[in-house]
Amino acid sequence: MKTRKERNMKNFKRIIAVALVGILSLSAGCAATQKEAAPENSVPPVTESASPSAAQSTPASDVTVRVALGSEPDNLDPMLSAATDTAAVMMNVYEGLMGFDQKGDFIPAIAQSYTAAPDGLSYTFTLKKGVKFHDGKDCTAKDVKYTYEKLAGLTGEKPLNSTLSQELVKVETPDDYTVVLTLKQRDAGFMSKTILSIEEEGYADNSTKPIGTGPYKFVEYIQGQKIVLEKNENYSTIAERKPTIGKVEFVIMTDENAKLMALKSGNLDIAGVSAPNAAALGDDFSIVQGPQNMVQVLALNNAVKPLDNLKVRQAINYAVNKDEIIGAVVDGKGTKVESFLSPSMATYYNDNIAAYKTDIEKAKSLLKEAGYEKGFDLTITVPSNYQTHIDTAQVIKDQLAQVGINVNIQLIEWAQWLDGVYTKRDYQSTIIGHSGKLDPQDFLNRFTSTYDKNYFNFTNPDYDKLVTEAAATTDISQRAALYKQCQQFLVDQAASVFIQDPHIIFAVSKKLDGLQIYPVTFFNMSDIHVKS
Amino acid sequence: MRTAAYLIKKLLSASVTLAIISLLIFGVFQLLPGNPATIILGVDADPLQVQALSEELGLDAPPLQRYARWVAGLFSGDLGRSVRYQVPVIELIRQSLPVTASLAALSLLVTVALSVPVSIYLAKNNNKKLPTFISALMQVGIAVPSFWLAILLVMVFAVVLRWLPSGDFVPFSQSVSGALRSLILPAAAISIGTTAVVIRYLKNTMLDQLSMDYVRTARSKGLGKNKVLYRHVLKNALLPAITMLGMIAVDVLGGSIIVENVFNLPGIGRLIISGVGNRDFPLVQGLVFYLALTVVVVNFVVDLLYAAVDPRIRLK
Repeated sequence: MKTRKERNMKNFKRIIAVALVGILSLSAGCAATQKEAAPENSVPPVTESASPSAAQSTPASDVTVRVALGSEPDNLDPMLSAATDTAAVMMNVYEGLMGFDQKGDFIPAIAQSYTAAPDGLSYTFTLKKGVKFHDGKDCTAKDVKYTYEKLAGLTGEKPLNSTLSQELVKVETPDDYTVVLTLKQRDAGFMSKTILSIEEEGYADNSTKPIGTGPYKFVEYIQGQKIVLEKNENYSTIAERKPTIGKVEFVIMTDENAKLMALKSGNLDIAGVSAPNAAALGDDFSIVQGPQNMVQVLALNNAVKPLDNLKVRQAINYAVNKDEIIGAVVDGKGTKVESFLSPSMATYYNDNIAAYKTDIEKAKSLLKEAGYEKGFDLTITVPSNYQTHIDTAQVIKDQLAQVGINVNIQLIEWAQWLDGVYTKRDYQSTIIGHSGKLDPQDFLNRFTSTYDKNYFNFTNPDYDKLVTEAAATTDISQRAALYKQCQQFLVDQAASVFIQDPHIIFAVSKKLDGLQIYPVTFFNMSDIHVKS
Repeated sequence: MRTAAYLIKKLLSASVTLAIISLLIFGVFQLLPGNPATIILGVDADPLQVQALSEELGLDAPPLQRYARWVAGLFSGDLGRSVRYQVPVIELIRQSLPVTASLAALSLLVTVALSVPVSIYLAKNNNKKLPTFISALMQVGIAVPSFWLAILLVMVFAVVLRWLPSGDFVPFSQSVSGALRSLILPAAAISIGTTAVVIRYLKNTMLDQLSMDYVRTARSKGLGKNKVLYRHVLKNALLPAITMLGMIAVDVLGGSIIVENVFNLPGIGRLIISGVGNRDFPLVQGLVFYLALTVVVVNFVVDLLYAAVDPRIRLK
C-alpha cells in the first residue's frame, strides 16, 4: 500500500494535470477558433431546407430551413446585444428606420424617406404607414422616439449605445409618422445608426419574447440548441423582403466538424464553411462566396527605418504579387484590393485606382534610388492564431526575396500582438485583417494622425483634412468622391500593402436558392427560396 | 476518532489543492500582456467599448485585490459573470450541467456494465485464443482518442446509416427516448476508451489475486472455482478499481469537453470552447475552477469510499 503522502501527491498531480490540460486546450481552442481572420464578420450562418420530400411537393411555406449559427446569442433584445451573429439572426425579426442592401447602401425600411438638414445637424424621417409589430400594434413615431431615447440615454437611464449617447441631443415627433433626430455635431456616419432595430414602446420582454416588425416572427429559443423563427404572413415593410420559407431554425453549432457532419447527414441546409471544407462537400451543396467587408493588410510601420522612406514602401508594393497570395493562401477565394476599403462597400469603393502592378525590376530600381541596392532585413510580426496571415507571410517572404529584402517571420501570441504591435506600435511590419460595418469611415479613419490606434504611424495633414471633410459631408455622392480620393491617397503614399478581402463561404443545400452576402453579417432569410 | 482524523486530513489536503488551483488559474490570466478588455473585443472595437468593459472587469484594481475579490466570490458560490452573456457563470453552469452530467453518468454506467463481466471472463479464461484476441482489441481501444472515435461514429451512424441524429440534442424534459438517442453515440465514444482501460486493469488485478496463497487455501478447503472468484477474488480486485473509477470519472469529464463539441451537445464542454472562442475570460476562469473543484470532490469521495471499503486505510 502506498503511503498517504504519496497518494496525496498523486492526487495533486492528477488535478494539476487536468487543470493544465484544460488551460492548454483553451489556448489550442483559441488558435482553432481564431484561425480565419476577422472574428466578427467571418462568422458563417445560413440556411437549409426541409426534409428530402419537401423539395418536390411541399410548398415553401411548409418548408423548414436549418441554418448553422456559430455561437450562442448574447441577448435576443437588439438594444442589449453586441454580438454580430446574434444581430445577423435578429435582423429577420426587427427592422430599423433604414435597412441596407448587398452593396452596403441604405434602403428605406420603417422610414419611407429622410432628409438631412443643410447644416447636417438634424435628420427628418417620414415613416411608412401600416407597418405593424408582430403583436398587431402599429409602428409609429412614438416607438422610434422610445428606441432612440433609450439607446442614447436621454431618458436619464444609462445609455446603451456609446455613439448615440455622444451624438444624439434630442428626438422630436411633430406627428405620428415624422421623427426628427438632432445631433450635437455634423457626422455623415450617423446614417449607419439608422439601421438600429426599432422596438415597441413600453414592451419590456424583448430579451425573452422578441417582437419586431420584420419578415420573420420569433417562435422560441432553446438555450444551447436553436432559435426558431416563422414567416410573418402580414409583413409589408419592404416589398422585396416578403418571406417565402415557412420556418427557419438557427441551429447553434460551434464546431467545424459537427457542422460538416450535420450538412452531410441532412440535418443542416446552410452553413458557413472554411475553404477546404467547401471543397470537401463536393456536389451535394452549392457554394456561395463573396467579400465580407474585410481588408487583409501587410501593415508597414511608417515611422521606422527603412519603411519611413516612400520609395522603400513603393518598392515593397511593386514586389508583392497579390494574385499569387490569393491563389496560394485562400484557394482563390478572395478579392484583390488596392486600398484600405473592401469592394463590399460598392458605393464608396474606388475601383479605378492607379495601383502598383507587380514589377520586380521597378521595385529593384526604387530600392537602389532609396540607397538599399543590397536590400535589407524586414521582420513581419504575425499573430500565431491566424493561419491565413501566417501563410500569407510565407508567400510574401518568397516574393520579397526576389528584390533582395530578407524577411524574417516572427509569430507571436494574439494578446502580445494586441499589446506590442497594435497598442505600443513596437514593430516593423505585420499582417492582419480589419473588418468594417456600414460606414467607410471605420476603415479610412484608421490612417488619420488623430486616431488612437493608428499603428501604421502614418501621418499626413492633407489626408487628415480629406477624411474630416468626408466625415462631415452628408451628400452621398460627394462623400463617396472624397473617400475615393482618400483611397488613392493611401496608394500614392504606399501607406501599407493592401492585399485582399478573403471571402466568406457558405454551403447551401441544392434544394435552396437565393442566398446573398451582405457587407455586415446578415442571414437574410427573405432572400432564400426553394428551387422550383 | 481515527476516522475523524482521517477525514480532516483529507479535507485539508483538498482545500490546499483548491487554493493552489485558484492561484494558478488566476495567475495564468494575469500573464496575458496588455489590457484584457482589448483582447476580448479585438481590433474592431471602439475605444469607448474597451473602456466600459475594463470598468466592468474591475481592471483598475491591483491584481492582488482582484484575486481576493474573486476568491471571496468563490466562497459565496459566485464564479464570476460572463462578459458575453451578461449572466452569472453559475447560471450558465446550471443550464449546461444536466447535459454533461447525464453524458458522464451514461458513460460511467456503460463502462462499469461492460468492464466487470468482460474482465471476469478474461481472468477466468486466460491464455485461450478468443480472450487473447479481446485483450488485443482492448489495446486498440486504449490507443484510440475519443474525439477521433466520435467523428468516426458520427460518420457511420449519422451520415452513412442515418440511424441516429447528429448535432441535434433533445433534452430529457422533452423526451427521454429522444435524449437517450442523442446521448448514445457520445457516450459510446467516451466509454470505449475507458472500458478498455478498466478491463485491462481489473483483469490483471484479478489474475494477481488468483495466484495468491489465500486462493489456494480456499480451493484446498473445497471451495469451488467460481465461488472463490466471485466471493474473494472479485472483492479484493474491486478495491483498487474504485480508485480507478475516480480517475475514469475525471477522464470522462475531460473527454466530454471534446466529444460535446463533435456532437454539438449543449453541455459544460461546449460552454468552455465557446467561452474561449469569444475570449470570455471570466466565463473560462469560472468554468476551469468549477471543473477543478469537481475533480477534487470526486477524488475526495473516492478516498472516503476507499476507506469505507478497506478499514486498513483509515486505521493505518
